[in-house]
Amino acid sequence: MESSEAYIGPEPHIEVHKYYGGVVSVAVVLALLLQAFLPVHFRWANYLELPLLVTVYFALSKRNPSTGLLLGMVIGLLQDSLSRTPIGLYGIAKTLVGFIASSIGARIDVEHPIARFLLTIGFYLFHHAVFTLSSHWLLAQRDQSYITGPILIASVVNGVIAMGLFPLLDRFRKPS
Amino acid sequence: MTAIPSRHRSLTLLAGVIVAQVLLLAVQIKQERDVRLIRVWAVELISPLQRAATWAIDGVENGWGGYIGLRHTRQQNLALRAELDQLKIRNAELEGRAREADRLERLLDFRTAHAEVPMLAAQVIGGSPDSGSLLVYINHGSRSGLRRDMGVITPDGVVGKLLAVFPDISEVLLLGDKESGVGALLADTRTQGVVKGTGEPQLILDYISNDEKVHSGETVLTSGQDRIFPKDLPVGTVVQATKDPKTPFLDIIVKPSAHLDRLEEVLVLLTRQELDTQKGSGKDASTAPAITRPIAPKAPAKAPAATQ
Repeated sequence: MESSEAYIGPEPHIEVHKYYGGVVSVAVVLALLLQAFLPVHFRWANYLELPLLVTVYFALSKRNPSTGLLLGMVIGLLQDSLSRTPIGLYGIAKTLVGFIASSIGARIDVEHPIARFLLTIGFYLFHHAVFTLSSHWLLAQRDQSYITGPILIASVVNGVIAMGLFPLLDRFRKPS
Repeated sequence: MTAIPSRHRSLTLLAGVIVAQVLLLAVQIKQERDVRLIRVWAVELISPLQRAATWAIDGVENGWGGYIGLRHTRQQNLALRAELDQLKIRNAELEGRAREADRLERLLDFRTAHAEVPMLAAQVIGGSPDSGSLLVYINHGSRSGLRRDMGVITPDGVVGKLLAVFPDISEVLLLGDKESGVGALLADTRTQGVVKGTGEPQLILDYISNDEKVHSGETVLTSGQDRIFPKDLPVGTVVQATKDPKTPFLDIIVKPSAHLDRLEEVLVLLTRQELDTQKGSGKDASTAPAITRPIAPKAPAKAPAATQ
């Protein structure tokens, strides 16, 4: 029986990756742990947004919008829980990132390092914009800027980190 | 074919999730209450790992700092020790200069307070190689107007007299020398005697009758009888007074007022004009030697004009 709905899954030529059990959970926990831990010891770590990188990576790889948005939501809410922000701010931002990243991953090849670099920069800026917009609209906090020099630097730093981190996570894929 | 999630389903899910989180935020804002349970779970999940990571990082830092980071410590230690030695020398030098400045300030104060009395500040430049005599050399001589037998003092008291005067250097016989002596009197009773050197740090006051009551701590002043020092300059303090049955005089030991063992700057009195010792002596009126009789102004003795 054929479905009457249009096919909206990954393009036939794009492979959906699967991972060994627990890899996603461990990666998420590690990202949250390092995000909470590193800035205490190293000032430069304030530029990092490891939970976002993990969200982007797995959303791009899973290529399923529902999975991507749920993963983004979980990571975002956990990040909210460990931060002083009201719970939901990171959640909303990462939910949207997860949804869009998995939608993009379903349509284009995102394995190339340059593509990953540019996508990470774009998602970082988008994530920051959604976070700031949510703060403005929902919390009436108007002390954050959408684009500043440090934010641009942070987006590039995270893009560079992604170029190293994503191939590392690729090693935990199940062979197809 | 298995059911494939439709775009509509994903969008519906997305909208539901976003709305749910917005509502969660709204609840927190409206009730001004934190969602404590979620935070507790998250913290409970992460905190053991954080503790472990902290422990590991501390271990690495300690290992690095305690062993690997100490590779150059010996060289650094040696360099720092050398630097410390240099700084100690420098510090001692600066302390010496500070002490010298203090002494010179006192000397200047004394001179300013007795501006009417011509006197010349001089620096002690050496001592006698003869250990049996107490002599020092000062950096002024006859070219500066100094003459033999002129009195030498410090703001603390009598130092001695000029024994020999050369063109640019003079020899000072200190009060502690066995050959030295100065006409003196006890400040309380005005009883006159002679203070003599013993070659030791302490002096003796001679020719004070056994009948006199002398107590330790009593001030000894110049009497002016020796025609070297004007009256009422501090000479010393009585340390001990004992009766000697063999002689009609007391054995009185006097501690000199001036620090004869560490002289660096002195004043040479160019005349025998009286000094008001309550002025600029570096002591307040309560501790200054008592002057019980007014000092009659005298015409300055024949002496060269003060050069300084």
